Amino acid sequence: MTYVLKRLGALAAVLVVSSFIVFSGMYLAPGSPEQFLVQGRTVSPEVLASIRAQYGLDDPFLIRYWNWLMDVLQGDLGRSLLTQQDVSALVASRLPTTLFLAAFAAILITVLGVGLGVLAATRSGAFEKLVVFGSNLGFAVPTFFAALVLMFVFGSNLGWFPVSGSGEGFADRLWHLTLPAIALAFPGIAVVARITRTAVREEQGSEHVIMAIARGVPKQFVLWRHTIRNSMLPVTTVLGTNIAGLLASAFVIEYAFTLDGIGSLLVNSVQKKDFAVVQAIALIMVLAFGLINLIVDLLYAVIDPRVRLSKGAAAR
Amino acid sequence: MTQQKMKRDPGANTSAQDTVAVQLLRKHRNDVPVSGWRLLAKRLGPVGLISLGIIALVVLMAILAPVIAPYDPYEGSVTARHEAWSLAHLMGTDQSGRDILSRIIWGARTSLIGPTIVILVTAFLATTLALTAVWFGGRVDALISRMLDILFAFPNMLLAILAVAIFGPSLLTASIALAIGFTPYSARVIRSVALRERNLPYVASAQLQGISGFVITVRHILPNVRTQILTGMTINFGYAMIELAALSFLGLGVQPPTPDWGLMVSNGQASLQQGYWEQSIFAGLAIVITVAAFGYVGEQLGGRRASGRTR
Amino acid sequence: MLKIDGLVLTVVDPDTGHETEILHGNSLELAQGEALGLVGESGSGKSMTLKCILGIEPDGARVDGTIALDGTDLLASGGDALRRIRAEDLALIAQNPHGALNPVLPVGRFLVEGMSDARSMGRAEARERAADLLRQVGIADTERVLRSYPHQLSGGMLQRVVIAGAISGDPKLLLADEPTTALDVTTQAEVVAILDEKRREHGLSMIFVTHDLDLAAAVCDRLAVMKDGEILEIGTPEEIRDRPRTDYTRKLMAARPMLYPEGHPAAFLAGGAGPAPLREGGGGNDETDRINGEEAGA
Ligand SMILES: Nc1ncnc2c1ncn2[C@@H]1O[C@H](COP(=O)(O)OP(=O)(O)OP(=O)(O)O)[C@@H](O)[C@H]1O
Ligand SMILES: [Mg+2]
Repeated sequence: MTYVLKRLGALAAVLVVSSFIVFSGMYLAPGSPEQFLVQGRTVSPEVLASIRAQYGLDDPFLIRYWNWLMDVLQGDLGRSLLTQQDVSALVASRLPTTLFLAAFAAILITVLGVGLGVLAATRSGAFEKLVVFGSNLGFAVPTFFAALVLMFVFGSNLGWFPVSGSGEGFADRLWHLTLPAIALAFPGIAVVARITRTAVREEQGSEHVIMAIARGVPKQFVLWRHTIRNSMLPVTTVLGTNIAGLLASAFVIEYAFTLDGIGSLLVNSVQKKDFAVVQAIALIMVLAFGLINLIVDLLYAVIDPRVRLSKGAAAR
Repeated sequence: MTQQKMKRDPGANTSAQDTVAVQLLRKHRNDVPVSGWRLLAKRLGPVGLISLGIIALVVLMAILAPVIAPYDPYEGSVTARHEAWSLAHLMGTDQSGRDILSRIIWGARTSLIGPTIVILVTAFLATTLALTAVWFGGRVDALISRMLDILFAFPNMLLAILAVAIFGPSLLTASIALAIGFTPYSARVIRSVALRERNLPYVASAQLQGISGFVITVRHILPNVRTQILTGMTINFGYAMIELAALSFLGLGVQPPTPDWGLMVSNGQASLQQGYWEQSIFAGLAIVITVAAFGYVGEQLGGRRASGRTR
Repeated sequence: MLKIDGLVLTVVDPDTGHETEILHGNSLELAQGEALGLVGESGSGKSMTLKCILGIEPDGARVDGTIALDGTDLLASGGDALRRIRAEDLALIAQNPHGALNPVLPVGRFLVEGMSDARSMGRAEARERAADLLRQVGIADTERVLRSYPHQLSGGMLQRVVIAGAISGDPKLLLADEPTTALDVTTQAEVVAILDEKRREHGLSMIFVTHDLDLAAAVCDRLAVMKDGEILEIGTPEEIRDRPRTDYTRKLMAARPMLYPEGHPAAFLAGGAGPAPLREGGGGNDETDRINGEEAGA
């Protein structure tokens, strides 16, 4: 428990520092924010001054950061410089699509990646060679390329799946997000399948598995309780890294499939220099990344008793 | 008691020593910097050699682009839009009537330059930070570790996209930001190996002789992390290529009309919907093949055999 | 009971397809309740012999000859029949107890698994038996040990657990592959003593692999000397000592006496039921006396 609190504390500290870095980055960006606000129109100095006052642009940097941080802590992420929309509301309306997409892809990576890896390791021969070859090539497929190919084959040509939009309601969403999720999961599946296969193979030769066979433990128990269970230790780490990275790589897929998630919002905001939105989404991504990594570490401690005991060392 | 411990059964003793010696030898062999073609070829295996060949081919393509590209990559003709592949245009033409093959050949340049910047900057930053941390230890080490922890909190792509948001879309901006994102991963690997070396007795004795820390680090510790640096560079190259291509795809990296593989995949998206698959698919395949080649070579160099170990 | 005839083991390198013969047609016989010591230098094929009996030779290896256990041809059996033989008739005690148990499962699971999954005893009964077995091998706080994970226990403690697992099903044949090499000297003596005692108590046959001639002589009825995949000779400890038939055995004997000038740690075994050790005048060691006393008290 203290371990979890410590880690959460560390995460909070990282978030504060990150927010400072992001905020100062935006502050130092060339071109002043009021230029975006006036959109190149000629305005009188008085109007300009009032705009600056309205957004608190004349306050010293640290005070602006402090005000912004306090607002964020109260759930107020500010207003979009372009549309004047409330950023919290905007992000909240976009978040479900991204979360759905990332969760969908995470499930695909876990089920297909681990599944293919285990099958490859336990059924030698052509299938194993195919998985090894596929995973060596698969990790090299950029998600956006996979997206285009899937769109072309299953969307435009076969017409089985929609190629844009994210749908309403669970079933419709599932249907709309199937191709995007597959594209997003593709490299992850390849990497996880490869690691899983190697891990299971290694475990098959381990002393305790051979001992279990020598003791006459039935095959299924040896396979599941000893071989697969133990090989999941290294797999968990890789699975975690891949799933944590999903949120951040989702924006490429959202952009390709024109989905209304926070990723495509981020890309659009970057293109239009809407810093209030960029800042907010960046923080959310750092938070999500940190949380998923924390969960993975905790999960690891649950499945490996050796980790649980060296808590102190892990917290360092 | 201790006396008795010394007098163990000789067989057990030798076998224990054997294993340790063999382990050391094995470790050592993995740590030997790659030198000489035969050793390299043995490490790589047949598929690795083919991969290396592919890498060489792509590099040659980039260097010789002006000589070997059949057409000007920028100039198209309105009458020759969306042509299917033919003897005149081996990969067909794009929506502006430009020769796709020529654009892929020229595209090798931008597609290689970005990742090259990334791995050079990463290697420099990671090595400097790791070796500084290892040499000074204590507070310096702790400070550097904290810095890296903060960087760890940012997904690489997010870092790159933030940099683009601040400094505007460009290949250089995106590459440097990605390099900063890659740094903590490489630094961690280098640090752990360097730390092992730092703690060997000869380093302490060199220090006693009054040799400066900088000299010891550069002369003795640096050569021992060469393999890690090299492996990291090879593996990072592939990832950098994918992520930079993704940024170009989003319109945040290389800007049109410069020929670039990621950008070509993106440009071809509209044509693809109309059934003209050539541009996107060929450009995408160029990325896949190059990245796979770098990934495979990197993995073999790193000594981690992907095929696993069968008894 | 056990009859091995012309055992040949050939391993195949998976990459090159190159074949290497590791055991060259060995034969041996073991009577009910007898202990056979298998001695020889590293790489002589002792472990491989045991692996062939258990059917856990390396992947792709070929085993020729016959291995019969009470008339059942082990090499001809496979699938569930072989599994049942492993579960009910054979028991392996490996060199490294830390490797032998699944590191992520508590020790209790190891014992229960052997009884209930491998030999279909009821779970609850197996759990009770587990504590009982631990007491039999001299472990007092059974509840704590059963709940512990392997990495929380010392090698000696863990090897007792493995021995407890091995005797739990009253197997016909114990296969002990250097059961004490990974332990420190004091613990070695304790563990050998327990193994020896339990074996005699249950009247089990045993093949005891070791590098240690003295230890083998103390624990076993007969010794087999192995070198380079061949059994050079088999005989009682006295025969091996007094009338070695090969130069190799003679060298092995000559190399030995310098090892334990103060007496062999297992020498006390001689005081009990075991045969006379190769070396005279052991016994008087303080350390072993103390252990002996403790053991008796436990
Ligand atoms: N997996 C394997 N594949 C091929 N050959 C092997 C394998 N394992 C062992 N060998 C070889 O088999 C021979 C016998 O090995 P074995 O393990 O039986 O020796 P040992 O007598 O038990 O030695 P030690 O005292 O060191 O345990 C050795 O020459 C070894 O090189
Ligand atoms: Mg052995």
